Amino acid sequence: MPHAPFIIATYAITAVLLTWCALAPVIQIRKLKQAILQRNKTMENENAPNA
Amino acid sequence: MNRFMLFFNKTGSPPWFYRFSGRLLPWIWAVFMILSAAGLYLGLVKAPPDYLQGESVRIMYIHVPSAYMSMMIYALMAAMGFVGLVWHVRIAEILAISSAPIGAMFTALALISGSLWGRPTWGTYWVWDARLTSELVLLFLYLGVIGLYSAYDEPRKAARAAALLALVGLVNLPIIHYSVTWWNTLHQPPSLTSGGSSIDPSMLWPLLVMVVAWKFFYIANLLTRSRYRLLQQDQRKRWVSDALGGVNS
Repeated sequence: MPHAPFIIATYAITAVLLTWCALAPVIQIRKLKQAILQRNKTMENENAPNA
Repeated sequence: MNRFMLFFNKTGSPPWFYRFSGRLLPWIWAVFMILSAAGLYLGLVKAPPDYLQGESVRIMYIHVPSAYMSMMIYALMAAMGFVGLVWHVRIAEILAISSAPIGAMFTALALISGSLWGRPTWGTYWVWDARLTSELVLLFLYLGVIGLYSAYDEPRKAARAAALLALVGLVNLPIIHYSVTWWNTLHQPPSLTSGGSSIDPSMLWPLLVMVVAWKFFYIANLLTRSRYRLLQQDQRKRWVSDALGGVNS
């Protein structure tokens, strides 16, 4: 039985899982930061005295 | 205030944790990249094939570190859950729940790589033996902790419930570890013990390098996930607005 397909599959699945696990929170943080900054901006505009 | 509580208070301060982890993260990722590149080179290029298993032994450099990490992360998650439960340290609660998805990922990886290693060596992808089954139970425990945490709206309550489940699940760790000694299993007995190793140094070194590399992956990923949860929970607090003064901070 050739072993190469099993080795390649193991390393490929590892690469996919590790990349997903590493990138998912980074994307979440980026989205959350944008949402917080957007909300802060809206609140600043609402609180600003009318010129 | 004694030094122990002083340490808890300092590291438990959300702004301090957010700033400190942000500074640390690039270095931890860099060490992980260097170590994993070295481990892969040693394991896939330099290490010889096994006299009995042939080339399939290269799956060991993924499988063994994954299985080790799955148990180590669970023990740490339960320990941090205990700290959160007893001393109400919020950072410990956040670290505990942020560990769960990483631990689940390593457990799934240990099961998948073990299955792919089992086919050419044992002739089957899966058997319901004690080691494999107890490792599968570990995956369900991780999923249970994640699910239980998600079931609550209030994060502090959720963390306490998840910590309790994590502590109860600790009983599974000695079962996994000693399963190959206590029962007749298809899985081999441990090759690495406190008394020494039965693995040749040419295969042992890549294995150890990969184990250390994945510890750095865990630390980096844990800090990133904890920073996200911290921002999410404290998003209406003043320190978050201050910290996000520059969006890239």
